[in-house]
Formats: sequence, C-alpha cells, structure tokens
Amino acid sequence: MARVFIPTPLRKLVDGMTDVRVPGATLKELIENLESRYPGMRQYLMEEDHLVPGLAAVVDGEATMEGLRQRLDDETEVHFLPAISGGANAEASPKE
Amino acid sequence: MTITDKPAQEYQVIGTRPIRPDGLEKVTGQAIYGADVRLPGMVHGTTLRSPHAHARIISIDTSKATAMPGVLAVITGADMPVAENATVDMGEEEANLNYASDKLMARSKVVYKGHPVAAVAAWDSNTAQEAAKLIEVEYGVLKPVINVDAALAPNAPIVHEDLVGDDLGEKVRSTNLAKHFRHEFGDVEAGFKASSIVIEREFNLATVHQGYIEPQNATALWQSDGRVTIWTSTQGSFGARRATAGVLNMSESKIKVVPCEIGGGFGGKIGIYLEPIAALLSKKCGRPVQLIMDRQSVFDATGPTPGAKVRIKLGADDSGKLLAGTADLRYEAGAYPGSAVGAGAMCVFAPYRIENTRIDGYDVVVNKPKSSAYRAPGATQSSYAMESVVDEVSEALRMDPLEFRLRNATREGDRRADGPEFQRIGNIEVQQAAKESPHWTSELERDGPDGRKRGRGVATGFWFNGGMRSSVNMSVNNDGTVSLIEGSVDIGGTRASISMQAAEALGLPAQDVRPTVVDTESVGYNDVTGGSRTTNASGHAAYNAAQEVIAKMTGRAALLWDLKPEDVEFAEGVFSAKADPELKMTFKEVAAKLNETGGPLNATGSIQARGGAGSFGTHIVDVEVDPDTGKVDIVRYTAVQDAGKAIHPAYVEGQMQGGAAQGIGWALNEEYFMNDQGIMDNSTFLDYRMPTSLDVPMIETIIVEVPNPNHPFGVRGVGETSIIPPVPAISNAIYDALGVRLRQTPMKPSRVLDALRDKQDSA
Amino acid sequence: MVLDEVAKVRVSTMINGAPMELLLAPYQSLLGTLRDTVGLTGTKEGCNDGNCGACTVNLDGRIVDSCMVLGVEADGKRVETIEGMATPEGLHSLQQAFLEEAALQCGVCTPGFLVSAKALLDKEPRPSEARIRLWLAGNLCRCTGYDKIVRAVQRASEAGPERS
Repeated sequence: MARVFIPTPLRKLVDGMTDVRVPGATLKELIENLESRYPGMRQYLMEEDHLVPGLAAVVDGEATMEGLRQRLDDETEVHFLPAISGGANAEASPKE
Repeated sequence: MTITDKPAQEYQVIGTRPIRPDGLEKVTGQAIYGADVRLPGMVHGTTLRSPHAHARIISIDTSKATAMPGVLAVITGADMPVAENATVDMGEEEANLNYASDKLMARSKVVYKGHPVAAVAAWDSNTAQEAAKLIEVEYGVLKPVINVDAALAPNAPIVHEDLVGDDLGEKVRSTNLAKHFRHEFGDVEAGFKASSIVIEREFNLATVHQGYIEPQNATALWQSDGRVTIWTSTQGSFGARRATAGVLNMSESKIKVVPCEIGGGFGGKIGIYLEPIAALLSKKCGRPVQLIMDRQSVFDATGPTPGAKVRIKLGADDSGKLLAGTADLRYEAGAYPGSAVGAGAMCVFAPYRIENTRIDGYDVVVNKPKSSAYRAPGATQSSYAMESVVDEVSEALRMDPLEFRLRNATREGDRRADGPEFQRIGNIEVQQAAKESPHWTSELERDGPDGRKRGRGVATGFWFNGGMRSSVNMSVNNDGTVSLIEGSVDIGGTRASISMQAAEALGLPAQDVRPTVVDTESVGYNDVTGGSRTTNASGHAAYNAAQEVIAKMTGRAALLWDLKPEDVEFAEGVFSAKADPELKMTFKEVAAKLNETGGPLNATGSIQARGGAGSFGTHIVDVEVDPDTGKVDIVRYTAVQDAGKAIHPAYVEGQMQGGAAQGIGWALNEEYFMNDQGIMDNSTFLDYRMPTSLDVPMIETIIVEVPNPNHPFGVRGVGETSIIPPVPAISNAIYDALGVRLRQTPMKPSRVLDALRDKQDSA
Repeated sequence: MVLDEVAKVRVSTMINGAPMELLLAPYQSLLGTLRDTVGLTGTKEGCNDGNCGACTVNLDGRIVDSCMVLGVEADGKRVETIEGMATPEGLHSLQQAFLEEAALQCGVCTPGFLVSAKALLDKEPRPSEARIRLWLAGNLCRCTGYDKIVRAVQRASEAGPERS
C-alpha cells in the first residue's frame, strides 16, 4: 500500500496523523480510498477527473505529470504540495 | 576548480570547453533576436497602458485613434475572446484563464500600473504611439494595496472581487489572500522549549526585476485560413503556444511559435505578454504586426519577483544541533494570484536537518504587476531570512558557520520540511568544499584604506531542479556529422551542452553534432528552458536519440559485413565485429554508406525526465564598507555549487557567476521604488541600479560534482541556485564588518548608515 | 512607410566602410536608422535612454550610445557597428576571445561590449583589469557577471589585433 502524507491542514480528518497507508493502483483510486476511510478528504484533493488546481502530487520525489492516472505500487510515497509556480512552469494553461 | 567525488571518468567531450555552436552569429551581430525579425509588409504596434495601479475602466473611446491617418487597427479588452465556458464553470481553472487574459488586456478594471487597456497597429511605431495618445479612457481611480500588510489589513481595498481565497483549506471571499498553506512536522513548541538558543527575526524584501537587457517582443502574422505564426523571444515556444491558444480561445494547432534568439529571461520570459495582442492586431489589419515593449513598460508591466515579508524562528541546543524552526512567508503575488511562495517554503530549511518544523506560506494579491519566476523563484526571499538567522545562531554558539552547516546538513534519505525525501544530494560536499576553499582559508585584512571596514559572510542555497519533458530529432549525414534538432530555446549555452552529450554518446567530436533550435511545428514537445532543467532533460533526450542512432548504425555496419546486428558492437565511435575485432569502421565510414544500406537514418529522443535531484550552493563574500557613506563594495567572491556533472565547465561557471552578480544587485541596490499610488518611480536602468563591471570583482567558482543518479552523465542542472546565497552572505559579511545586521533589501548605503547610527545610539 | 509632414533630411554617411545616402526624419535616432532604415540589426536596443550600452557604435572613432545620437548627426561621419568588426580575413581578436572565454550567454549585450572593447584596445593595447572595468561600465550585462568578459578583453589584448 502506498504511503500518503496528509497535507497539514487536513490532518484533522485523519486524527492528526501525518501519513497513512492506503491501497490504490492509481492516484485516483488512492484518493477514493482515502475518502472512504476519511470522509471529507476528497474535495480538497480532487475535482471531477483532475487534481484540484494549484495542487501537485509528488510521487517518489517527482511531481507527477500524469495526474490522477499516475500508477502507484507498494513502496510509493505520495505528497500533496502547492503546485510550484514559476521556474519551469508556463503560467495559467487552459487544461493541466 | 572542479571537485568530483568519483574518480575522473574518461570522457572525450564532456568536461571540455568547445566554442558554442551559435557563437559566431552572436559575436558578429548576425543572430536574430525577436526585435530583429523583419517580414515583408510588417507594420508596428504599441500598447496603451494604465497610468493607475487600481481603477475601474468607465469608458474607452478609440474613435480618434482609429480615424488617424496611418492607423491600421485598434483593439481593446472588448476584442479579447472570452475564455471558453467561462460563464458556465467559474471554478478556479477558468478563473486562471480569465486572469491570464485579463492581465494581458484589461476589460473592466485595471489592477496594476502599466496594465494594457488598448493596442494600436500603424505603418510605423511613431504613428502608433501618437494614435495611442488619442485614445480616451475614463478611469474611476481606486485606492491601491501595495504590500502584504496593506493587502491583508481589515477593510483593505479588494483587488479581485471574484477571488475565492484558500486559507488552510477553508474558502474565503472578499479577500486579497489567494492562498495560505502550511507544512508541519514534529512539535515545534517542544523543540523550542528544549533549545538553549532561540532567535526570531523578521525580514523584508523589496520587489526586484530579472533585468534582462532585451525587452519583450512579438511579431505575429495572422493568415486568411485562421492560422497564426508568432515570432517571439520566449523561454519556451510550446508554453507560449499553449498560453496564447488559451487566451485567444483557439486550438493550439493553429498557432506556430518560432522562438527567436532571446536576450535574457531568468524566468521572466516564460509567460506571454504581447503575443495575443500582436496576433489580434494582425488579424484585424491583415498584415504582420510587431510589438516591442519599451523599458519602462518592462519594469511596470512584466513579471518581477515578489516582494516579501519573512519571519524565521530557530532553536538550537548547546551542541549546535537545530531542534526547531518556523517560517512565516508572506509573498506579494502581484495583481493576480500565484507567487513563488510554495517554492520558497520548499527551499527555506532544505540545507538543515530539523526535526520539528512549521512553515506557513501566504500568497497575497497586491496592485503590482503579476510576479513571475526569477531564478530559483521564491527561494532567495526565504533564504535571506533563514541564512541570516543561522548566522546569528552559529555566532551565539561560537561555531564556525560552515561547521554549523556540516553539523546539521541534510543528506540522502532525510526529509525536506515540506515532506518528500531527498535523493542523493551534494550538501555536505558543497559545505566541505567551501570550508577548504582558498577564499575561506585565507586571512581577511579587516581594516581597509581610509577607515573602511572589511567583513566576511557565507550563506547556502538549494534549488530542486526540474526534469519534465523534452524531444529531439537526430539525423545522420553522409559525411558522418549529425544534425540535432532541438526545441529547447538557448538562453545561455544549451545548444552546446545538449549537443556535447550527444557527441559523447556517439563517440564524435563536439563540432560534428550540429544543433538547431526550431519552431513548434518542427519538433516534438519541449517544456520551457527554465527550472535548471534543460541540460538535464534535453540532454537526456539527446542521449536517448543517440542510442537509437547507434542501434540503427549497428544494423548498417552489420549489413555491410554480412553479419547479424547482435554480432556487431560499438565503442568510442567505432563499430567492430565481435568475432573479429580487426574488422572495424568508424562512425564516419558507416555514414558514408548510408544510401546503399537502407537510406536515411533518423532517430528521435523524447523524455519525461526525472528531476535534477537538487543543487546546493554556498557562497563566500568579502565586503569592504565605508562607514561614512554606507557604501558596500564586494572585494572577493567565491561561488561553490554542486552541478552533478559539468558538461561544459565554462557555461556552468557562467551560470554561477551570473546568478551571483544578480544576487549582489538584489542585495545592495535593486528595488522597485514604489510611491503610495502604486507607481514605480525608478523605472529606468539609470535608477533601477543593476551591477556594472565596476561593481563586482572576478567571481571565483568551485564546481562540485556529486552525480545525479537519474541522468546518464550525472547532470543536475545549475542555472538557479546561484542567486540564493548572495543576499544573505552579503548581509552576514556586513555584520562581520560593522556589527550591524540589515534585515531589509536593498542594503543600500542609507540603510547601512541608519543601522550604524542606531547601533551608536543604543551603545 | 512613414506618413508624416516633417521634411526628411538627406544624410551622407559611411557605415562599416560603405558610403550611404539616406533620407531621414530629423527625430530618428542613429540606432533606429541602423536597425530600420539601413537594416543592420546587430546593434541592439535595451533601454532607449542611454543607460545600458547595448546600442554602442563607434562614431568617428568615439563610442556612443546610438539611441542618444540622432541619425542626422552621422552626416559626414564614419559609423562602425558590430557588423563591421570581422573581415573576410577572419574575426577580430576580441570576437575570437569572447568565443574562447565563453564571455557571452544570451549574447544580446555582446555587440555593444565588442564595439566598446575594441575602442579601448585601439587606444590602449594593454589595459589593466581596473581600466577595462571602468571603460566597460557603460555596458550592462545581466547574464555573465562580467568575469569572463573582462578575461576575454585581457586575452585579446595579449593576442594583439591580428585576425584569427
């Protein structure tokens, strides 16, 4: 099961834990599974079929370019961080 | 000087210093930068910009401009396409697109001085400017907010009424706070309690600009079939295409972006400013239209880096171990959300192992131009504060500051304060190299001439360095040279660094790989030249393409020898039969036979590269301060940085020196001197004072090489880290010289004198 | 095409050794003249107010910011720009030195620096580092931090004015 680090403001939804282990073959499944265990989590991470704008998913140290389709395995570590604006990213793109 | 932690590998090309492939054009004035583009029938445009930092647009009357002889087209915000589905779905994504469009041409409100409200195309630029003066705009002036405190104060004027802020996950309306996030690990209160030394300080940084010498430009030709070609000086042609398509609400495939040579970017030419305006003017008048920004507009209306207010609190025990750290980062996003505060948070504690940390980051909208990336965006702001407080802590502990850094240094497997683990990093190696450097180990003569005082300071910076996407095409020519088609814009020597990697892989001399940078229709997707990613990712793509070339050439050699490809091997530029090593052909010899062994030989390399695993840098500076005038001179400067692998050492040195010089300007002289109406008073190169050749000494460089495990040659990327250490290193050096700590940039003479006076008064 | 009522002025000048007859608006800068009328875009515009040196050209043996000189002032004078520095025999030793020392990154300031530095070496073949820095202080570079530029000028001064 992937190890998911919970963003600080959302830790109140997981009894204050900093990270949890959650199953999921993809990021989307993982977030759905998070939601079923800890209701209320999903809305901060995901909307429709993409990550919430302004949020990046860092998987094993790299910001994923595959969004919710990113595949995960048992050793994967996932962090949700503010999307880094500037340095390498073009500003406001229509669909990201 | 280069310090490697591995025995020197036998590279033929990597590590050498060939003349860059595009050098001849650039020293003879032949290179075509965006403003040099000349098209048949080309006409000229200009923009009319708001004189107010915050105002409603009550009315715009362009009739006199349109009627002026020689005027070919006039547009206003009303001519800008509305983003698709903008009224159907007002989620944050569409808001971003609306903001992107609004920033380029205001519709109902202007939110920064210099905000475009109209544009004119005419036969010549003088006529266009005269016509623009005839456009009548009625403004309802509003009070601007020009710093984070004013923007967050109760009853502050609100810049965007529709902005929905995110405060630790809770939605906030009627606010200038776009976002407040937090990273917290461990228990900072317990950590501070256990500390014998606790220091908390606040720092303020003025807005500064990237200061590229070449202003923004765009030339657009809208064809009758609805396709548009745009020539522009951009850091990323594909990004410019995507952003232009978004703003113009059209398909990307109808836009071709031709990247011209670019006269500096440093992050400020990632975003678009003129491209859609030029395109719409061209559409309206049916001719190619060129717009070039004037220098004042570059200051007023492009993307400087955020001004910021930063608070740092550190706690350490008697042994010098850091136990707790908090950071409060309040960054000015500018007139639209999206400052680099996230990156500032990622980097602030990066060099140090601290068990208990809390970082709060605030992205605040103010009536200034929307901030853009500036070399390691956001990190200089937070590191100025952190590295200054570290200096105080190490002084209180009577510890050598580099020893303090080594004592607390992060290494592979440690966690950053925002969560992810570090991969293999060269933090310790960089601190060690700085500690052993000729500069650090030299005696500093403390008394300068005429009562001047000398001091030495040191500081460290970290940038994560990107990977992202690159594509190249490669073809082998009959004479054994290789054409390398790149999409990565070359700002500082990447034609050289990418082609050298291909040459190394192919066993060819550097000059036999001929790189060309092409437009968006001629090569696959490339992310921007920025984020210190290009030598890493585009070099890796070229390396991959080279592997394909080798495989195909192997097949050709096999055909010539009537062998199977698996019976042929390739090493150091030579193909040979495994069974009979005497049977061999050089790359050139096989290439000469391409036409008779199957015809053209092409390959591609595309990659979604892993990041550069981060680059640490430590700078050492000796300053000489005149206590009568407050002037600070830089008398000696050394930049140490981990490059992973320096492909072309001269260009790595150049990045280190260039970032250091920008940091020196940021530290001592540069600022947006804003009046209380939100207008920059010093928007010329005379008064926005960047370093000249008189302001900096020779900049010594020490390249450390701790290879990046994600890259075939170990490249990490180097472009950005070097702007982070200068500001705090200089502040620390001023303290060492005079005994005063300056916590505000720029540390200009008047502030040095004020600090000296305060010190005397309190003595 | 310029539609305005101001009478044009006839200017006879020599640009990089080529005699030219030009018809110029009196308000046109020498920089604009070179880039737009004559078509030599090697000289760059960075600020248009005499503060960055990207537009440096040599006017009758003296380096000037061409944005601060009127085109009509070139009448009867010799203008030398970056395009006139190399010859069929080869690059000027300064141009070669800039390439070998990697003294350019984006390259937009390079024409101005080369024209400025050439004027220095024509006058003082062996300048000190301090002299080089003082002479070049009117040319801004944002990419290099000046280190390699100064080294390139030193290198060229050692090499002498021969063509490479």
